[in-house]
Amino acid sequence: MYTFGIDIGSTTSKCVVLKDGTEIVSSSLFVGGIGTKSPFLAREEALKKAGITDKDISGTAATGYGRNRTEDADFNVSELSCHALGAHFIFPRVRTIIDIGGQDAKVISLSGDGKMRDFLMNDKCAAGTGRFLDVMAAILQVPVNEMEGMAQKAQKISQISSTCTVFAESEVISQLANGVEMPDLIAGICDSVAGRVASLAKRITIVPEVCMSGGVARNGGVRLAMERYLGTEIRFSEQAQLFGAIGAALYAFQKS
Amino acid sequence: MAEEQVKKHRTPPDPNSAKYKLGQIAAKAYQDAFDAKVRGEKIGWCASNFPVEIPETLGIAVVYPENQAAAIAARGFGQQMCEISEADGYSNDICAYARISLAYAKTKDCEGQQVPMPDFVLCCNNICNCMIKWYENLAKELGIPMIMIDIPFNPDYDVPESEVAYVKAQFLDAIHQLEKITGKKWSPEKYKEVMEYSGRSSRAWLAATATAKYEPSPFNGFDLLNHMAVMVTARGKKEAAEAMELLLKEYEQNHAEGKSTYRGEEKYRIMFEGIACWPYLRATSHGLKDRGINMVTTIYADAFGFIYKDFDDMCAQYCKVPNAINLEYARDKRVKLCKENKVEGLLVHTNRSCKLWSGFMPEMSRQIGEECGIPVASFDGDQADPRNFSEAQYDTRVQGLTEIMEANKEG
Ligand code: SF4
Repeated sequence: MYTFGIDIGSTTSKCVVLKDGTEIVSSSLFVGGIGTKSPFLAREEALKKAGITDKDISGTAATGYGRNRTEDADFNVSELSCHALGAHFIFPRVRTIIDIGGQDAKVISLSGDGKMRDFLMNDKCAAGTGRFLDVMAAILQVPVNEMEGMAQKAQKISQISSTCTVFAESEVISQLANGVEMPDLIAGICDSVAGRVASLAKRITIVPEVCMSGGVARNGGVRLAMERYLGTEIRFSEQAQLFGAIGAALYAFQKS
Repeated sequence: MAEEQVKKHRTPPDPNSAKYKLGQIAAKAYQDAFDAKVRGEKIGWCASNFPVEIPETLGIAVVYPENQAAAIAARGFGQQMCEISEADGYSNDICAYARISLAYAKTKDCEGQQVPMPDFVLCCNNICNCMIKWYENLAKELGIPMIMIDIPFNPDYDVPESEVAYVKAQFLDAIHQLEKITGKKWSPEKYKEVMEYSGRSSRAWLAATATAKYEPSPFNGFDLLNHMAVMVTARGKKEAAEAMELLLKEYEQNHAEGKSTYRGEEKYRIMFEGIACWPYLRATSHGLKDRGINMVTTIYADAFGFIYKDFDDMCAQYCKVPNAINLEYARDKRVKLCKENKVEGLLVHTNRSCKLWSGFMPEMSRQIGEECGIPVASFDGDQADPRNFSEAQYDTRVQGLTEIMEANKEG
C-alpha cells in the first residue's frame, strides 16, 4: 500500500511516497511553497519517481503552512506532529527535535512512539529562522549552502549582538566595513541563529537523542554552534528537510 | 484590562435571558454617562480596577477607556485609532488600549464606541504602571484633574495591614476629591447598599463561571468575555446582581438539562490565558471551536469578582487583583482553576500590548503545565492592535495543542 505525504512550507514544498508505512519509495523537494506551483510539481515528481499514479495512493496527508489550502489531501496534521513522527521514523531514539524552517523555529519533545508531547515555537520575530540566514547571505553575497564551508574556516567567531534581523543586518554591514574576515562573520551569523533557538530549546527539558530538522539543519555551521550551546550531540540526516512529509505519509498510512 | 459587550446576535435574543439583560446593562452604562453629561453633571473616565464602589456610591457616572478600546478594536477601528496616537509620537510599543484612548481624547469621535468626554480621570495602578502615564497624559491633554490611587505590587500571599492602611487613606482621599469636584456627597448607607450588590454580583458571577466544572461545561467560555463587561462597570448595581444571579440559574439549568451555550461536541477543555485578541475574536474563537475545544476558564473573567465584608476588606481585595500579585500566587490561582474545571490544555496569548501580563507568562505557564500535567501552547497577538497577529501561526499552534491533547486522551 502506498501513502503520500505533502509538506507545503513557506519557502519549499516537499513530498514523500511511502510503501506499507515502512519504506520511503520516493521523495521530492521544490523551492517555492504556499501559493506557488511547487506543491503540484513536487507531487508530480514524487509520483513519477515512484513509478505510480494518483490511483495507486491509498491516502494522503498534508502538513506545513499550506496544509489547509490543498485539495489533494484527505486530511491535514500540524507540522509539529509530522516532524515528530518523521524524525522518529529516521531516528527511533530521538526524543527532542529542533526544527528551523523558513519562517519559524520549533522545539518538539516526543515520546518513544514518535508522538509529540510538548512544543515551543519562536515568537513572531524572524531572528533564529531560515529567513535570517537568507537575509544575511544576500548581504554578504554568499549562497546559503556555502555558508557551512566558510564558517568552518573561522579563526575568531564574530559576535552579532542584535537579535533583530534588521539591526543585525546593519551590524553585519558595519563589521564587514571594519574589516572582519568573511568566515568569522559567517560563523558569527550561524552562531546567532543557534544561540537564539538554543535559548528557546532550553525552556523545554532537552532529552537526548536530539536531532535537527528543517532546511537550516543542512547548515553545519548552525548545527555545530547548536551542539556547543546545548552541550549535546545533534543527529542529522540528509533527509532532515523531509521529516514533515515523511510524518504526513506515516499519518496517512495509520489512517488508511 | 476590561472588556466590552460584543454583539453578535443571529437570532433575536430572549428579553428575559441573562444574556439580553447583561447586554442592556453594559449599553446603559454608556448612556447613563451621556445623560449625566447632558444634565451638566461631572463625569469621569475610570481604570477597570479602580474601586468602582466609590463613583457608584457617590452617584457619579463613569466610563471605562479599556472597555471602550476593546469595543473599538472588536469593531475594526483599532488600527486607525492606534495610528492617530502614533502620529502624535506615541510608540507602537505602548499598550494599544492606551493608544486608542489617547487618540479618542484627541478626535473625540470613533464610531467603534463613542463616550462622553471626561471632567476628571480615575486611575489605579494595580493593573500596571503604563496606566499612570496614560492617565496623566489624558489629564494634561484635556486639562482636567487626575485622581490617582497607588497600589503596590504584592510580593506575598497576604496583604499586610500597613498596605491596607496606605490604600485606605488614598481611597478616602479620592472620595474627598470627588466630592469637591462633583459636589456630590458620600453616604455610608448608600455604600453599604453598593457593597451588598457588588457582593451579590460577584458571588453569582464566580459561581456561574465555576459551573464549568461540569462536563460538558454549560457555557462557551467566550460568553464570559462578553458578560464580564458588566462585572467591570456595573457590579455595584441592583440590576447587575439580578442579571448575574439569573446567569447562574441559567447555567445550572443548562447543566441539569444537558445543554450548553457551546455549540457542538465539547471534545477538549482548555484555559485561555491573557486578554482576548479583540480584533480577531472570530478567528481565535473559530480556531478553537472548529476543533471541538471549549475555553472553559480564564483568570481574566474571574478577576472581576470582588467579595469583601467592609471598607478595609475592600481595600485589601483591590491589592490582590491578578496583575498586582506575585508569580507564585498568580500561578496557584490558575492551577486551582485548571484543576477544578478539568482543563486539558493551556493556550497563552502573548499579548504585545500588555508587557506586564505577557512578561511573566513563559515561566508561569511552564509551572502550570508541569503542576497540572497539561500541554501549553502560546501565540503572538495583541488585544487591540490588529497588526500583531498571524492567523496561520495561531492555527498551527492550536492544532499542535489539540494533537497533544488527543494523544493524551489515547494514553
Ligand atoms: S498594559 Fe496591560 S494591564 Fe496595562 S492597561 Fe494595557 S492591557 Fe491593561
